[in-house]
Amino acid sequence: MAVDVDPSPTFAGYAHPERLVSAEWLLEHQGEPGLVVVESDEDVLLYETGHIPGAVKIDWHTDLNDPVQRDYVDGEAFARLLGSKGIARDSTVVVYGDKNNWWAAYALWVFRLFGHEDVRLLDGGRDKWIADGRELTTDVPTPAQVEYPVVERDDSVIRAFKDDVLAHFGKPLIDVRSPEEYSGERTEIPGYPTESALRAGHIPSAASVPWARAAAPDATFKNRAELEAIYKGDAGLKEGDDVIAYCRIGERSSHTWFVLTYLLGFENVRNYDGSWTEWGSAVRVPIAQGTEPGEVPVR
Amino acid sequence: MSETQLAPALAEIRDDFLALEQRERLQLLLEFSNELPELPERYQDHPDLFERVVECQSPVYIFVEVDDANIVHLYATAPKESPTTRGFASILSQGLAGLTTDEVLAVPDDFPQTLGLTQAVSPLRIRGMTALLGRTKRQVRERLATQA
Repeated sequence: MAVDVDPSPTFAGYAHPERLVSAEWLLEHQGEPGLVVVESDEDVLLYETGHIPGAVKIDWHTDLNDPVQRDYVDGEAFARLLGSKGIARDSTVVVYGDKNNWWAAYALWVFRLFGHEDVRLLDGGRDKWIADGRELTTDVPTPAQVEYPVVERDDSVIRAFKDDVLAHFGKPLIDVRSPEEYSGERTEIPGYPTESALRAGHIPSAASVPWARAAAPDATFKNRAELEAIYKGDAGLKEGDDVIAYCRIGERSSHTWFVLTYLLGFENVRNYDGSWTEWGSAVRVPIAQGTEPGEVPVR
Repeated sequence: MSETQLAPALAEIRDDFLALEQRERLQLLLEFSNELPELPERYQDHPDLFERVVECQSPVYIFVEVDDANIVHLYATAPKESPTTRGFASILSQGLAGLTTDEVLAVPDDFPQTLGLTQAVSPLRIRGMTALLGRTKRQVRERLATQA
């Protein structure tokens, strides 16, 4: 029951153009059976102030994270959540959000952990929709309950844990945090000191590519050539590389994971969601400071 | 420590939140967010007076004034794109209105955790309001020190 792919030439250069839709496409397909639009923001109240007509809300913190354990919800909770939002296993889901789709990409990544196949991003997200003067509403839709199957989360393909990172040394790592966090001048992102770690710096050998470099000023993704220049040129990634990306809690690196996987076509990219809040507080893991990546640790 | 110490306006705000279902608590927070007053004209062109609350995920700036009657006035400004932060600032600005310096300093530091918002908003986000309160109290102490 998948909805048509956006044929826009803007996306044609990407490895998986079917993972992006434009606002024009969305307006054309709004209300079609099988399509559900999801807003996912950093600010838990932003949806309530106005959202794309028909969009439902999924909050990364209160909906997708387990309330007790540091992990994502399990298959049953995910099935309950999606069913209540009117999303079926074969629905086409378009996610959008604030801050260059930062949190939208995180939600999309979690959907992929559960193997939800057809999930796409609205290029430019909430910011571009508003900047273009498009309609917002405060009407909250009341979707009919849908049966979503209980699917076990698969953490083995696109998610990395601390031990996976330790075993990964020698292969490329991408640190997507700010240059100050990378060098070790600070343990937290400017403006987010509540999510800090005990030690500062980066995982040795990781290349620094702040996540927002992938975004154009209007919050859309940069084109394929620009992205290649950043990730293959500056960061030195090569075709076929097995890559792990990390940030502070795994949200910004979901954005980079999306870029590497769907826009540039890397097939083995994992997001280390434990990220710096785990690594920077873990006992006896190697850390490098300064602006250089540092040597690959000998194990 | 004891509940009797909590200023009446703050206690009322807390009770209003606790009387609601989780989902409605977010709506009430949104109402507070919409009620955050504009800065008085005399402060609108004085960003230098304001202190950024860096613990909040979104830019929010506060400035505390203590008048001749020893009453605290909290002014706060945050962008429309940050409704949660605006809501936190508005709760404090309304809840502390008319209180003396001593009364503000006596507000329990964990007041934000008592609003029943940790589930609806997440504990991480609530920390922003704790920081707002902490910085407000520090500014009150600074004003008192310069008066003395």
